[in-house]
Amino acid sequence: MPKVKELMETMEYGPAPEASTEARAWIAARPVIGHYINGQFTAPEGETAEVVNPATDEVLTRVGLGTSAEVDAAARAARLAFPQWAALPGHERARYLYAIARHVQKRERFLSVLEVLDNGKTIRETRDIDIPLVARHFYHHAGWAEVMETEFPGHAPLGVCGQVIPWNFPLLMLAWKVAPALAAGNTVVLKPADLTPLTAYAFAEICAEVGLPPGVVNIVQGDGATGAAVAGHPEVNKVAFTGSTEVGRIIRRQIAGSGKKLSLELGGKSPFIVFEDADLDAAIEGVVDAIWFNQGEVCCAGSRILVQEGVAPRFFAKLGARMATLRVGDPLDKTMDMGAVVSRRQLARIDALLKTGEAEGATLHRAPGALPERGAFCAPGFFTGTAPAHTVSQAEIFGPVATTLTFRTPDEAISLANDSRYGLAASVWSENINRAIEVAAKVKAGVVWINATNLFDAGAPFGGYRESGFGREGGRAGMGEYLARPAAPGKPRPAPAALTEVAPFTGPSDRPAIDITAKLYIGGKQARADGGQSYAVLGKGGVAIGQAALANRKDVRNAVEAAGKAGDWGGVTAHNRAQVLYFLAENLSQRAAEFTAALAAAGSPKPAEEVEATIRRAFWYAAQADKFDGAVTATKSAHVTMTLHEPFGTMGLVAPDEAPLLGLMSLILPALAMGNRVVAVASQSAPLIAARLYQVFETSDIPGGVVNLLTGERDALAKTLAEHDDVAALWYCGGAEGAAMVEAASAGNLKPVWPDTTLRDWLNPSQGQGRDFLHRATQVKTVWLPYGA
Amino acid sequence: MTHDFPRMTGTAFTPDWFESVSVNRPAAERRAASLPARRTVKKEWQAAWLARAITCIDLTTLAGDDTAGRVQRLCAKARNPLRADLLEALDLQELTVGAVCVYPTMVPHAVKALEGSNIPVASVATGFPAGLTPLPLRLAEIRYAVEQGAQEIDIVITRELALTGQWQALYDEIRQMREACGPAHMKAILATGDLKTLTNVYKASMVAMQAGSDFIKTSTGKEEVNATLPVSLTMLRALRDFRDLTGQMVGFKPAGGLKTAKDAMTWQILMKEELGTRWMMPDLFRIGASSMLGDIERQLEHHVTGRYSAANRHAQA
Repeated sequence: MPKVKELMETMEYGPAPEASTEARAWIAARPVIGHYINGQFTAPEGETAEVVNPATDEVLTRVGLGTSAEVDAAARAARLAFPQWAALPGHERARYLYAIARHVQKRERFLSVLEVLDNGKTIRETRDIDIPLVARHFYHHAGWAEVMETEFPGHAPLGVCGQVIPWNFPLLMLAWKVAPALAAGNTVVLKPADLTPLTAYAFAEICAEVGLPPGVVNIVQGDGATGAAVAGHPEVNKVAFTGSTEVGRIIRRQIAGSGKKLSLELGGKSPFIVFEDADLDAAIEGVVDAIWFNQGEVCCAGSRILVQEGVAPRFFAKLGARMATLRVGDPLDKTMDMGAVVSRRQLARIDALLKTGEAEGATLHRAPGALPERGAFCAPGFFTGTAPAHTVSQAEIFGPVATTLTFRTPDEAISLANDSRYGLAASVWSENINRAIEVAAKVKAGVVWINATNLFDAGAPFGGYRESGFGREGGRAGMGEYLARPAAPGKPRPAPAALTEVAPFTGPSDRPAIDITAKLYIGGKQARADGGQSYAVLGKGGVAIGQAALANRKDVRNAVEAAGKAGDWGGVTAHNRAQVLYFLAENLSQRAAEFTAALAAAGSPKPAEEVEATIRRAFWYAAQADKFDGAVTATKSAHVTMTLHEPFGTMGLVAPDEAPLLGLMSLILPALAMGNRVVAVASQSAPLIAARLYQVFETSDIPGGVVNLLTGERDALAKTLAEHDDVAALWYCGGAEGAAMVEAASAGNLKPVWPDTTLRDWLNPSQGQGRDFLHRATQVKTVWLPYGA
Repeated sequence: MTHDFPRMTGTAFTPDWFESVSVNRPAAERRAASLPARRTVKKEWQAAWLARAITCIDLTTLAGDDTAGRVQRLCAKARNPLRADLLEALDLQELTVGAVCVYPTMVPHAVKALEGSNIPVASVATGFPAGLTPLPLRLAEIRYAVEQGAQEIDIVITRELALTGQWQALYDEIRQMREACGPAHMKAILATGDLKTLTNVYKASMVAMQAGSDFIKTSTGKEEVNATLPVSLTMLRALRDFRDLTGQMVGFKPAGGLKTAKDAMTWQILMKEELGTRWMMPDLFRIGASSMLGDIERQLEHHVTGRYSAANRHAQA
């Protein structure tokens, strides 16, 4: 023991280990971590893998790798448990969730230590962040269970939820998945990460301890193969995944066409933007919380630091000095800022990326000081001299190293911030509220922190834009992912009645006085089909009533490009958009007789009603344009936390074959009302209505490019739209086969797809319009604004 | 006070260094809240830190009923802050507090009581605590205290000048006070509880340093809110910026509201993390406190004996 007198001079911290006796004894009593199926702890049937403490390299225990039979047993147990669990009054479910929250709190220290041993993260973080947030999440959702009947009238749970979670916040991610699922009345099959199975097992013991009915929560341990079995299981109605974008894509393709609801919370390369008027010392601490939190193994880590050029030298000097004070070492030591990364394999991956960064010419700054000899430790660092083109500026490092860039103006900051395929989070530092809020509005990210970073609360929705996934976790939006309004039972939608034959039609024909040319409508202009082809359109009794332009993939490309250039539409006031929609209704009303006749000729069963319903629908969405509001959420004190409903940008809309006017407009109107631009594919069998519609659009002050109309072979155009990386969301009204095709094709940029495969009664407002359409036309952005003079 | 660095001289009035600064309060509060949770000291290290804290205490009495007898008692405690058996157990021979801090008229009593101890006498001055007596009188008060033997002078700034943004005027006043101090070290009390915003705290800190303050100090102990962690953090950052800009080293003294051994360690952690180990030593760090020492004594006795201690086992100040 060193002498007090000497220590008075060195003033070192000394060791401050958290006791791990209980957690280690618990592990020792469990030589294999098995599954929790139907309320039973089961020994694994299949292979097992080592569970390693990454801070010491010691093997703690083994974990079962769930077989498909085990997944099957779990899914069937969940299915059996579902009806009773869903039928419980909300208050009863609330009591279970409340009990879980209480028990998590009673086991706070034990769970904190267990998480450290399993994951390598510091006790400070598990104790002060992970576990308190877990408890908070269950409390919050106990509340949702309690008030579900009144807050979500007409909604029902989805059934069995298959949930696959990552290793970076093992128990917290479990809570994010399990709490809303149970609150809404679903049952769960959850697969923890094979690297970090321990706290999920302890959680299963808590479920048993509180007497949760068997089968409501099932936990199957395992690796990627087990996860695939969970996602792919036919009893599973909803898949929720948090992890890498790469695996998210695999799951998207795997379950395409299955009818399963999907939410994905994937990777990120989130910008951390520092303006010259920021409180620089505050921003430096922000970096600590952004990239040196949880060893940088955070999907929303502020990993791309953008600094205004004038303050960059000072900022980097301060950052280097601050980095030097970080303490890296034994994560059970209460004085450590960083522990070990999750595995040696992850460490090697990080190191390889850092080498690439240096090879590409960037300078890597690392914290001084020796790292422990054993364990997967990674020194914190940051790059200078990185350019957007560098690998490390684009790839997610998932380690404690940020890249940096400088910018000159706010415009440039926004442009650099959005120069990414991801869109999970952003952090903005400025003491000028105008500037900060402008950036918050313009940055493409699901979560924006102003003068803060990595703030979380169960009431604040969390989730990404772009390839960071879709769906939200937390708050009202998060509950929405586990609920649905039961659809009216509809027949499967048949294939389009008419083919797109390009050869001259020799059958009977209803010739107009002057031949009419129906074109495409792209960028506010009537355009001939790129391929120079048309197809015959047949009306009642198989009589040809005209020719429609046959669009091909280049027309889709042109239309998406035109939509991309009409970006101002999302920025005009909601009042303006409403006015345009009212004007559209007015102009449609003036030509009601003509549209009625055209619909009648096309074979529409109730042409007059269809036109009238379209006009009403335009009014309804015009009314909603300035009423489908976000909210201010109660999170932490002295924080304004806003949830905004933002448009996606460019949406692809594939109209149903039925109700050619109303079906098409029922998609276009909500998308426009919320500020999206659209590329719409008209009814394949009755496309001529589109050629009349664009004349109405032209006279209704809709800016060019906001609506683009294509006619032609539905599924060919839908596929191109689904694959297009600049289309941010897709609604597809077609058959089951087509839905599977577009869902699989959407995996490229992971756009959310709304597959609608059963016939709707579009005339019925409860089927053809509503808030569900508005929800699906928007994405939630959560903006955190802490305040204090 | 002996330094291994040159005494700070201040700089010309340089508003560029602070005019555009804006301190973000929520961010400062987050850092202040997370810091004590990020660090801790245990066992021998904790004993060493607490012993070090004793050497940084400005043992203070600033009450209307101070008398020569009261001051003598305080000085006796300043000489013997820890029971002899505890000193021996910790293998520490000499341990004294940083200074004794009194009102100007009490300086002669303190000087006499501390004769031969090397413990400096600090005196508040300049119309403490409000600082609203005429400037010539405030300067005269400084000179009086120095003449009586005070080696350190704790001055108060004119809050009005800070609250109304008259930074040049504030600079000029503090400059004159520094001149009046002569060889005595000057601690500038910002009365941060009156300044309210952290941005004001930063600016006032910078002006006080430019004007030549050897220390900047949070509070008189008489404001509604005394030393807080966010305020201290803001002052330390100003101090660090000043060091980076000038190379000059300025000390820091939180005062008022620090009562426990835990408080002492929290502020020590703050000093170490924001400025480094050098700033934990008494020539750059003082704690203005009267009751904290008692708690530290109890903690150190616990460290030595393993039993929790009671106040009546330690000599009163």
